[in-house]
Amino acid sequence: MAARSSNAPLLEVRNLRVEFPTRRGTLLAVDDVSFDIAPGEVLGVVGESGAGKSLTGNAIIGLLEPPGRIASGEIRLEGRRIDNLPYEEMRKIRGARIGAIFQDPLTSLNPLYSVGRQLVETIQTHRPMSAAEAGKRAIDLLKEVGIPGAEQRIDHYPHQFSGGMRQRVVIALALCAGPRLIVADEPTTALDVSIQAQIISLLKRLCRDHGTAVMLVTHDMGVIAETADRVAVMYAGRVAEIGPVHNVIKHANHPYTRGLMGSIPSLGHRAERLTQIDGSMPRLTEIPKGCAFNPRCTERGQRCMVERPDLIPAGLGWAACWLHDAKGVGAAVPKELADA
Amino acid sequence: MLAFILRRLAQSVAVLLTVGLVSFFLFRYVGDPINAMVGQDTPAVEREALRQKLGLNEPAPLQFIHFIANAAQGKFGLSYRTSEPVSRMILERLPATLELSFCAAMFALLVGVPMGVYTGLYPRHWSSRAFQAVSLIGVSLPTFLIGILLILFFSVILHWLPSFGRGETVTIGWWTTNFLRWKGIEALILPSITLGLFQLTLLMRLVRSEMLEVMRTDYIKFARARGLSNRAINFGHALKNTLVPVITVAGLQLGSLIAFALVTETVFAWPGVGQLFIQSVQFADIPVMAAYLMLIGLFFVIINLAVDLLYFAVDPRLRSQVGGRAGAH
Repeated sequence: MAARSSNAPLLEVRNLRVEFPTRRGTLLAVDDVSFDIAPGEVLGVVGESGAGKSLTGNAIIGLLEPPGRIASGEIRLEGRRIDNLPYEEMRKIRGARIGAIFQDPLTSLNPLYSVGRQLVETIQTHRPMSAAEAGKRAIDLLKEVGIPGAEQRIDHYPHQFSGGMRQRVVIALALCAGPRLIVADEPTTALDVSIQAQIISLLKRLCRDHGTAVMLVTHDMGVIAETADRVAVMYAGRVAEIGPVHNVIKHANHPYTRGLMGSIPSLGHRAERLTQIDGSMPRLTEIPKGCAFNPRCTERGQRCMVERPDLIPAGLGWAACWLHDAKGVGAAVPKELADA
Repeated sequence: MLAFILRRLAQSVAVLLTVGLVSFFLFRYVGDPINAMVGQDTPAVEREALRQKLGLNEPAPLQFIHFIANAAQGKFGLSYRTSEPVSRMILERLPATLELSFCAAMFALLVGVPMGVYTGLYPRHWSSRAFQAVSLIGVSLPTFLIGILLILFFSVILHWLPSFGRGETVTIGWWTTNFLRWKGIEALILPSITLGLFQLTLLMRLVRSEMLEVMRTDYIKFARARGLSNRAINFGHALKNTLVPVITVAGLQLGSLIAFALVTETVFAWPGVGQLFIQSVQFADIPVMAAYLMLIGLFFVIINLAVDLLYFAVDPRLRSQVGGRAGAH
């Protein structure tokens, strides 16, 4: 967290709601999400599939797929509001101020153009450079992301690179116009386990060198533990807990986070059975009253069944759980094992 | 790469030989050509002499070899109907058909592809829906009906455009062209629209569905995330990825434009090879029919070869599959 010299956050997300109008009513996929990212900071965002992590990322880069849309809330980049910009204004920010990396490096690159052409095209879109200058910068970038023989490889097509190498090219493309923030949506999920670590450490190193902040969306707690400064845990479209990464991992404040941590195998303890959280995340159409996690929670009380908690200061971070409220959860409501 | 071209050339030759075999059987065994050439009261001795002279009493394989050897030199014998050399009759009429097919193809490509891109990019816009509806008409109406309707409207009612013939042409060497006289260009308009309309709607629908598919891919999303302009995304990244299927279909369609120009040529009394073919069928003029068959076969083979080579220009993955490493681009 060395880069937090200035107090102003790079990215501010306030009360963000993303909704999907459907025939059977409007679904709220991201519900009242707020967080900040400081310059140079790595914020990990974890949660199960469908928790709203990727949608939050897409909302930030302004690429929600219709009919999804931002219903309310604000997104600010360097103090400037960006959630309501016209398409053309936002286009100039994408790539130049906010970069993005998506899940599958095999399909993120256009198969018909050489990687050099795709790099040069992106650089020239955002920087007033000649083709020769942009080409030189493209080679430098390929070298920086660790592609051997960059001078020759620049003319090669995506299908001539391996998965890991392609993801390096994707990272070079995301960084080539010098963005302040990168939204990385499961950047290693599609890769070999042996290559995942390389890509993550490369991303981490590059962003440290360039002072680029990262919003790292993943469901891999191991990646978060290694990379992130802070972590936000999302559940059913809301932030369940947010705080410094070591605190969240060692002293989780939300029962859901504790459940998540219990389900990660660790090398230290052997032969222990991994705990799992019973049940599954509710569908958007059937989110229960009160706390969305209450059907699966072992520590729930009367209050959790009727009142929805917002983020409450807990330890060094914040948790959306009545356990941290002065009034507590109320009378305990034991979890019936029958209601699966 | 060279090996691939050679292999394709060999395949093309095989296809042409097969077409030649069909033409030969048509020529040789659909009725007795001697009967078609001589009068009813010709004595049997003269018939036999003619048979001898034409080589028709040789064994069939030998005759086939002669037929192919002659065809390769463009010799298809004399027309039964006019006693002119078939090759000259076809060459005289070929420019008319080629110019008509070319204009129809250009019309289909230059209108159909942009319409397909537009309807693919804005599928919900009312004008896209209108294009879709109109294209259904184009696909479902038969060519001759479209031609007759166009003649009724633009020639009979409005008197804007001629209803038949090539208008004025200019002869350059053996090639007669419509393009150098305004009257000739005028005469091309209605037949080209008639001939090209079906291909236009087909191309539009194909480009539209391919565009819809490509716009959903990850690399288009990533191109947006890189902040590229809409123009670069729509035409540079999306359209180019739709080209392989579009080239395939457009190439085949160009072949059928030439082959099936005969309906349009009949409706517009267009003096092309299609019309010649129809007349030959009526007179059982087998040498002309055989030559026409060979010619159409040749066009299809050439177009297919060109299409295959275009794939390489478009898709680098094919280049490296066939030719080892892809060269610098």
